[in-house]
Amino acid sequence: MEHIELFFKSIFIDNMVFATFLGMCSYLAVSKKVSTAVGLGAAVIFVLAITVPLNWLLDQYLLQPGALSWLGEEYASYDLSFLSFIMFIATIATMVQLVEIVVEKFSPSLYNSLGIFLPLIAVNCAILGGSLFMQSREIATLGLATTYGVGSGIGWFLAILAIAAIREKIRYSNVPPALRGLGITFIITGLMAIGFMSFGGMLTGGDDEAKEEVTTETVKAEKNLEETKALADNTIKVIE
Amino acid sequence: MGLLSKKDAKLITDPLADNNPITIQVLGICSALAITAELKASIVMAVSVMAVLGIGNVVISLMRNIIPSKIRIIVQLVVVAALVIIVDQVLKAFAYELSKTLSVFVGLIITNCIIMGRFEAFALANKPWQSFLDGIGNAAGYGLILIIVGFFRELLGSGTLLGFKVLGDPIEKTGLYAIGYENNGFMLLSPMALIVVGIIIWIQRSRNKALIED
Repeated sequence: MEHIELFFKSIFIDNMVFATFLGMCSYLAVSKKVSTAVGLGAAVIFVLAITVPLNWLLDQYLLQPGALSWLGEEYASYDLSFLSFIMFIATIATMVQLVEIVVEKFSPSLYNSLGIFLPLIAVNCAILGGSLFMQSREIATLGLATTYGVGSGIGWFLAILAIAAIREKIRYSNVPPALRGLGITFIITGLMAIGFMSFGGMLTGGDDEAKEEVTTETVKAEKNLEETKALADNTIKVIE
Repeated sequence: MGLLSKKDAKLITDPLADNNPITIQVLGICSALAITAELKASIVMAVSVMAVLGIGNVVISLMRNIIPSKIRIIVQLVVVAALVIIVDQVLKAFAYELSKTLSVFVGLIITNCIIMGRFEAFALANKPWQSFLDGIGNAAGYGLILIIVGFFRELLGSGTLLGFKVLGDPIEKTGLYAIGYENNGFMLLSPMALIVVGIIIWIQRSRNKALIED
């Protein structure tokens, strides 16, 4: 249940593109044709599914305060969390390189369709963002981290697929000249994001509070909720 | 400008308008949109990016002749990551609340396409001083858009600027609120950031026809 909830939450409610604006650069640059968009989207799912769990392991056994305690008592007081950016980005860059080499060796056809996108991905904010959100949301287990990685990847895939399809169609429409290209893409993405906001009610279900307050209060309430959740998680950890 | 030659000054002024990193080069959109609900956060983000890009450009430019081209991406990532760690630690030490608001987006400066883009396009081929100016100029162009978006979102969304209630008090009904004005809470939500940037692009391109795409 926990897995299903996190899976759908990361696809729809916390959609990388529409809720947190991650990977916007490649989202805008590579969405002119559906076929290339599919290639990049698939590559993002693939890389997120590998790097998020990997970085989870790094975070759990190397970076968190006290994570080094498996080395022995005297290491328990170390806190290496300030190194997380550089560790995460190094993992991502090497994994992308490694995946590229392996895919080229074993599946040339997959390499031909995915390969050109892999170098692009090392600097895609969605990948690093996935790992950083995994860290800041304190995802509890390796399994959940994998689910989160795959889910966010699929969310990103859906977003780029949708915008690419719209951009292919919009070529036949009469857009004001100054808005052509980039401008209209921004506005459409904004409208799509409004649509995706409606998924916000999916997991709260019949929760009255979430329905009534649509404005600032919702944002505040969400923040409070997150804080309480984090507190609760911490307490659970302490109890355990 | 006595200090700068004409060519050098152009490096700074170009990215402010006609070659703006966000509206023309389409770089660094991710962070530009996510943190602009408040003006203060936008300004801090702009300053952080300026520091990272200015210094990073100089470092890369100094090393441009010794970096093997095959591993340059990794070298660039390491330089940016080291600089971003410094910025992050400084923010945590001196502006803890703010660093909470920015959350993961400080870390995401690493993958901010402006930084990698300028390293690739400029610092790898130019001298340190020019690279420094280019870095500052592009970060200023980026910051300019961030501040415009942050200004409108905070003003229309919560009726404040940098936390000051410039439009009066919504609860006690003073200022504009006395004649029935209401805050548009929608401006604080993420979709409006996209639409505001879309409108900025629209205005810029209608004023300068040369920028229109076909």
